[in-house]
Amino acid sequence: MELFANQVLAGIATGAIYACMALAVVMIYQAIDHLNFAQGEMAMFSTFMSWQMMQWGVPYWGAFILTVILSFAGGILIERLLFKPLAKAPVLTNVAGFIALFAIVNSVAGLIWDFTIKQYPTPFGSSPFLGSQLISTHQAGMVGVTLLLLAGLYFFFQFTRIGLAMRAAASLPESARLVGINTSWMIALGWGMASAIGAIAGMLIAPVVFLEPNMMGGVLIYGFASAVLGGLSSPLGAVIGGFLVGVFENLAGTYIPGVGNELKLPIALALIITVLVVKPAGLFGRPIVKRV
Amino acid sequence: MSAAEEVVTEAPAVEAVPKRAMTLGYGTSLVVLAALILTPLFVKNFVIFQMTMLLIYALAVLALNILTGGSGQFSLGQSAFYAIGAYVTAILMEHFNVNYALTLPVAGVVCFGAGFLFGQPALRLSGIYLALATFALALAMPQLLKLGFLEHWTGGVQGLVVTKPDAPFGLPLSQDMWLYYFTLAVSIGIYVASVNLLRSRSGRALMSIRDNEIAASAMGVNVALYKTLAFGVSAGITGIAGGLGAIAVQFVAPDGYTITLAISLFVGMVVGGVGWLPGSIVGSAFIIFVPNIAEGISKGLSGAVFGVLLFLVIYLVPHGARQVALIAQQLAAKLKKN
Amino acid sequence: MPFKPRTAVLSAAVIAFAAASGSAFAQKTYDTGASDTEIKIGNIIPYSGPASAYGSIGKTEAAYFRMINDQGGINGRKVNFITYDDAYSPPKAVEQVRKLVESDEVLVVFNPLGTPSNTAIQKYLNSKKIPQLFVATGATKWNDPKNFPWTIGWQPSYQSEAQIYAKWLMKEKPDAKVAILYQNDDFGKDYLKGTKDGLGAKGASMIILEESYEISEPTIDSHIVKIKAANPDVLLIYATPKFAAQTIKKTAELGWKPLQIVTNVSISVGSVMQPAGFENAQGVFSAAYAKDGSDPQWNNDPGMKKWNEFLEKYMPGADKTESGLVYGYGAAQTLAKVLEMCGDDLTRANVMKRAASLKDFTPDTLLPGVKINTSATDFAPISQLQMMRFKGQKWELFGEIISGDVPAD
Repeated sequence: MELFANQVLAGIATGAIYACMALAVVMIYQAIDHLNFAQGEMAMFSTFMSWQMMQWGVPYWGAFILTVILSFAGGILIERLLFKPLAKAPVLTNVAGFIALFAIVNSVAGLIWDFTIKQYPTPFGSSPFLGSQLISTHQAGMVGVTLLLLAGLYFFFQFTRIGLAMRAAASLPESARLVGINTSWMIALGWGMASAIGAIAGMLIAPVVFLEPNMMGGVLIYGFASAVLGGLSSPLGAVIGGFLVGVFENLAGTYIPGVGNELKLPIALALIITVLVVKPAGLFGRPIVKRV
Repeated sequence: MSAAEEVVTEAPAVEAVPKRAMTLGYGTSLVVLAALILTPLFVKNFVIFQMTMLLIYALAVLALNILTGGSGQFSLGQSAFYAIGAYVTAILMEHFNVNYALTLPVAGVVCFGAGFLFGQPALRLSGIYLALATFALALAMPQLLKLGFLEHWTGGVQGLVVTKPDAPFGLPLSQDMWLYYFTLAVSIGIYVASVNLLRSRSGRALMSIRDNEIAASAMGVNVALYKTLAFGVSAGITGIAGGLGAIAVQFVAPDGYTITLAISLFVGMVVGGVGWLPGSIVGSAFIIFVPNIAEGISKGLSGAVFGVLLFLVIYLVPHGARQVALIAQQLAAKLKKN
Repeated sequence: MPFKPRTAVLSAAVIAFAAASGSAFAQKTYDTGASDTEIKIGNIIPYSGPASAYGSIGKTEAAYFRMINDQGGINGRKVNFITYDDAYSPPKAVEQVRKLVESDEVLVVFNPLGTPSNTAIQKYLNSKKIPQLFVATGATKWNDPKNFPWTIGWQPSYQSEAQIYAKWLMKEKPDAKVAILYQNDDFGKDYLKGTKDGLGAKGASMIILEESYEISEPTIDSHIVKIKAANPDVLLIYATPKFAAQTIKKTAELGWKPLQIVTNVSISVGSVMQPAGFENAQGVFSAAYAKDGSDPQWNNDPGMKKWNEFLEKYMPGADKTESGLVYGYGAAQTLAKVLEMCGDDLTRANVMKRAASLKDFTPDTLLPGVKINTSATDFAPISQLQMMRFKGQKWELFGEIISGDVPAD
């Protein structure tokens, strides 16, 4: 029983990583209606920038804020320079563009910062949290920041003009244009926000998984899975999805005899697909009705 | 309809390609065929090997093209079927001493079955969700191949070494040359069959699903059946490509069939032009040769160079090689008029 | 064919002449890839893809041969080092090696990396009688001169290293309850096998848990939690650097202090121990055959001084904590030695013969006392290791240098 409780706790701690990434995934999906395969690499690059600033002597929070701002600007820049010209191209061509971006960012980061792992500081410390050694203060802090981000996003999408305009632009671009929303800039804004959230996720994840150019490879897959499980249109769903995937995976690895440990990722994914088959829009997503 | 539901008139993920535009004219086909038959006589063995791989990946891209271009379903999991095909061939050849040529139909049938089964849950998923499901399959495959209780057959993490076949009937061909012509024959067979499939009643049914699923079902197309069939056929062809790949490389191991392969095949399809079958070979050439070119330009930044080249291609021709072919065709028509 | 007999006679005459002249003059014989002015060496290594961290080995080797060429080359011949990217994919490895052999026409293929890639090219190179020299993987199967006379290893095999740990444990902690965390691939499984073989009959009772992880997992926290629940007092960490560092850090966070042994692959002070936290890494055991570029105890070592000078001149700005820089230097130096020994007889057969007759050769980067020895029946060049313990900010070597050859199955 203790092992069960421990695995659940450890799952929540790891789930916080996935939840963070899943939020960034949902953000970009809201803006462009697609998953961005380069999202993890962009987050990794942002994290390296903050690391570099800290190497140059910038204090943690200074680097944190600067990185978020730079990432926001970077996200917009990438959209304007690389993906706006592809706006009229087929969707699958855009996906190929994400793959190209992935290759570029990964390779450039490797060239600048090498592939050895680097320690990344945490503002929360890594002592046990509330007497439990399973969750460190850093992981608790990560859960906290994720929830804060979630609340912020919820507020943004529900109550701010820009947030509402973004949602409108993503779901019904033509009608949105008719009511005077600049849909093209809404997309750019979505890229910027996704990139900034990704940067926060990266900076929170790096102390746990260590900083290196390939650090987001695994995380992004789990982030996708979490976001899809929760429903791509719901930030809350994405966060819950993240925690669920973290816990699922640990329990499968611990309790399914024989192949459980070797196959914990496939089992977790199979479970997600099963959920999707029953609820095609994810746990919290809104069903989409198609018109002929 | 409740207010919580979103209503969209969804643009199809894959734009409609008229079926006549899916193939090459006879003249062009013959030129390409002649080039494929004659080139090996003048090049080194390793170039022949590269050309063999070119055909093999072209088959795999073609299979994806049938799925995506034909039925509008989207897969990032083709590496899984490629791996199954490769392992079926390797296991039959090494453990049961089955002739290499006979292993291919088995690989195809096994993969058809796997694809058909996978197509069942995939039916309920579309777009991004289907992409994730297939992506998951590709991720899981190397881990499945490593499983302890399969190790006796698969060789586990160490993989299996496959013997390369000699030319039959004492033909004076090197192993590479023989394998190339063998692969070429298989590829032509599959290409012709695929073109005919897409031109048939079934092909039209598939394309109607691609263009508008709801309308198709209203017109009496059995959407579920055709979608799963498309998955099966695509997986079957991919499996044959995988089997050929195992023979050509002479080795199968879980590391050869990672998600990277699935992504490469996807890139190949986009570069070749979604839904345009002859583009498959162009896409295949892109994924084989462009990394080599990128590496030649810069070792440290080979990934970045590859990315930049890919960007260039999709900027210049967002519809891939198909667009190039169309432009060429129009030019030719203009010239004829003058 | 009417020409055939005459050609045969002619070639027989050429051979006879060559044999006669060989005794009269200094012999200069070449295979494809070698000439009076140049020796072509081929190499494949992942420069792109998820295993691109290993690219530093190839870059170091290329830089090393640039240095050799600046110093006048080997016996007056420049080394032309051609290295290609295989992205850690067996099919790509086959393509690139065939390109090296058939298009670039190299003399030997040197230090190709990774067990899967090397397995994929082994049959091809052996059938063409092209040396597959000093492969960069620690599987035991490279030491098999009978079946694969053209393939030779370089680093100590994973299994022999694991056996050293097992024997050490049996001596130091015969009643230990052992848990093994291993990477689910050829590397991890070799260590697992070596440990079991080393523990022998006792293994079944000593090993209480074998836990594997996948390289695609972001963190291995869950595995550590599970292992801790089984309450072993020894934890063997057969993991690559990132996961080894995570393990050392996580066990400390859990307030758990088992006796930990980490594989030689993950002993870099700069890129494992420091990220894991020096305070967490105290008392961790491992074994080594080479010096660590980021360990301060070698600052005044003559060999490492040479290594440092080389880096400053030929790879300025390189991150010295990358273990690939030490590895590549040592491997390249071994090849340079073999080529030097070949003199003017640069045939593939002779290269292989010389590679298999190294006596007490010591590259600058190997630990004092570790020597490279090979023979016609021993294709495992480095087979010695020394145990060590992490203390303060560096490794402390202890005990004797242990030899641990494991024959290929």
